[in-house]
Amino acid sequence: MAKKLMKGCEAIAEAAIQAGCKLFFGYPITPQNEIPEYMAARLPQVGGTFVQAESELAASNMIYGAAAAGCRCMTSSSSPGISLMQEAISYMVGSELPAVIVNIMRPGPGLGGILPSQADYRQAVKGGGHGDYRVLVLCPASVQEAADLMADAFDLADTYRNPVMVLGDGLIGQMMEPVEFKQRPPAVLPPKDWAANGCKGRKPNIINSLYLVPEVCEQVNHRISARYKIWEEKERRCSGYNLDSKYDLLLVANGTVARVCQTAIDELKAEGHEVALFRPISLYPFPVPELRKAAARAKNVLVVELNMGQMRDDVDAFLQGKVPIHFYGRQGGMMAAPEEVIEAAKKILAGRSN
Amino acid sequence: MQTVFAKPDSLATISTHYCPGCMHGIIHRLVAEILDELGVRERTVGIAPVGCAVLAYNYFNCDMIEAAHGRATAVATGVKRGRPDLCVFTYQGDGDLASIGMGETIHIANRGEKVTVIFVNNAIYGMTGGQMAPTTLPGQVATTCPLGREVETAGWPIRMAELLSSLRTPGYIARVAVHTPLHAARAKQALRKAFTYQVEGRCFSLIEFLSTCPTNWGMTPIEANRWLEQNMMPYYPLGEYKTPE
Repeated sequence: MAKKLMKGCEAIAEAAIQAGCKLFFGYPITPQNEIPEYMAARLPQVGGTFVQAESELAASNMIYGAAAAGCRCMTSSSSPGISLMQEAISYMVGSELPAVIVNIMRPGPGLGGILPSQADYRQAVKGGGHGDYRVLVLCPASVQEAADLMADAFDLADTYRNPVMVLGDGLIGQMMEPVEFKQRPPAVLPPKDWAANGCKGRKPNIINSLYLVPEVCEQVNHRISARYKIWEEKERRCSGYNLDSKYDLLLVANGTVARVCQTAIDELKAEGHEVALFRPISLYPFPVPELRKAAARAKNVLVVELNMGQMRDDVDAFLQGKVPIHFYGRQGGMMAAPEEVIEAAKKILAGRSN
Repeated sequence: MQTVFAKPDSLATISTHYCPGCMHGIIHRLVAEILDELGVRERTVGIAPVGCAVLAYNYFNCDMIEAAHGRATAVATGVKRGRPDLCVFTYQGDGDLASIGMGETIHIANRGEKVTVIFVNNAIYGMTGGQMAPTTLPGQVATTCPLGREVETAGWPIRMAELLSSLRTPGYIARVAVHTPLHAARAKQALRKAFTYQVEGRCFSLIEFLSTCPTNWGMTPIEANRWLEQNMMPYYPLGEYKTPE
């Protein structure tokens, strides 16, 4: 298929449809409105259904219902809306339901703003709602990668019976880039014989997350948590830049910030500095062994984010004090410019930064 | 020998957790009888609430989904939009449907989703131990209004059947009671209409059941039935509030 110039939100929506998602439930919020708008126009053309819910609470519980009935479904929102969806996300994990949630992040706290941010990193990778749980978090750095990850997200959700979140900073949703929707063979997925979709020819299925017997509830927690160990072994994804050459400083960044870092690295190299980039694509499971390997070759690590250092805290814990870790961040919808990253990197390279 | 009375197929074989005198058992049975009579058990998905009926998924012998508090109608929307061929019902109490789930309730009725809502109004929060509900009557004592509901601060009890009937979207909305055999028989007629309208793809339907809570009202079942008749029925008149015709 030929490449098309598309806005990130629209590419995400189209990729979902091509991945067989015929059901979308959502509620308007900037900067992701192009996803529900695209779905509202496109889904009826392919025999699908779009529902504008009365709230994010309702939208997310609608996907709980559609997923419970065995249907491939998704919702999308932005940060304040995702906070409201945490109830249903927790219930979906507890009831072991597959669904895809897209968060095109804007800054907070509170109403914050509508420009790009990565301020929901911690909420996304640590669970986000009540209870002991995780969702698998995929973080694209380009419109093409966003489209590719959508197809993966649905398959991963179905494979593990767990919600998957595609986490994009606002830029991913709003920028236009060429994108190609690659035809791929359908994945071999487990049958949805657990779904509540009519009990003809079998015993009734119950979709539930209530376990009043503590021994049973504990077992359920163990069963659900066991899949996170599998993710940490099998579903780590990362990328990098300049990692094959020698470097003194390792930048760690995700999403579009990683591309800003790439530009900064090119300029730093031109000036004779040795700098590389490590980019996690799966934010949970975080590619910890790959990060450790990349960091072991550096004298310093600089984490660059559009928040107050949420991933920095994780990197700090993963590297266990073996390499000095520095941070540069912008907040409130401000982007980190390549010049700012270069300046922060040069301070470290000159031994002037702590 | 002819069988004249048996457990409906749509009810599971399990002992009840409901309190003595509680009307959930009667209402469960009426719903199950209708599912049997319409022959839809094997293509039915029921949605249980949070509240006393949270364990409804153990009692109905059809596919069941347990929803978050107040969200049963959002969950039902997801099921029905994904699988319009299924028969979908929710089973919710007054706290679930008229308090925390009020937004979802109004909007499912307004969208006219082709599902059936079973609304059990017993004017109190049962499972959490007798707190004030949006349907608690003026002056009625509950643990969070120990001197009785004061309408000046808590407002008047919400009449859901009337409220939803004001929506322009077509639907079938009725209020029934089950405290006498005659009332239960009439309730069943309303239930049959509600499910039939759904199965025929005609409209949204909601049946409000007036129910007792002897445990949290602090009454015997007989006293509770009398209290329902003398206090609830005047404030919550029975009848069909909206028909699709």
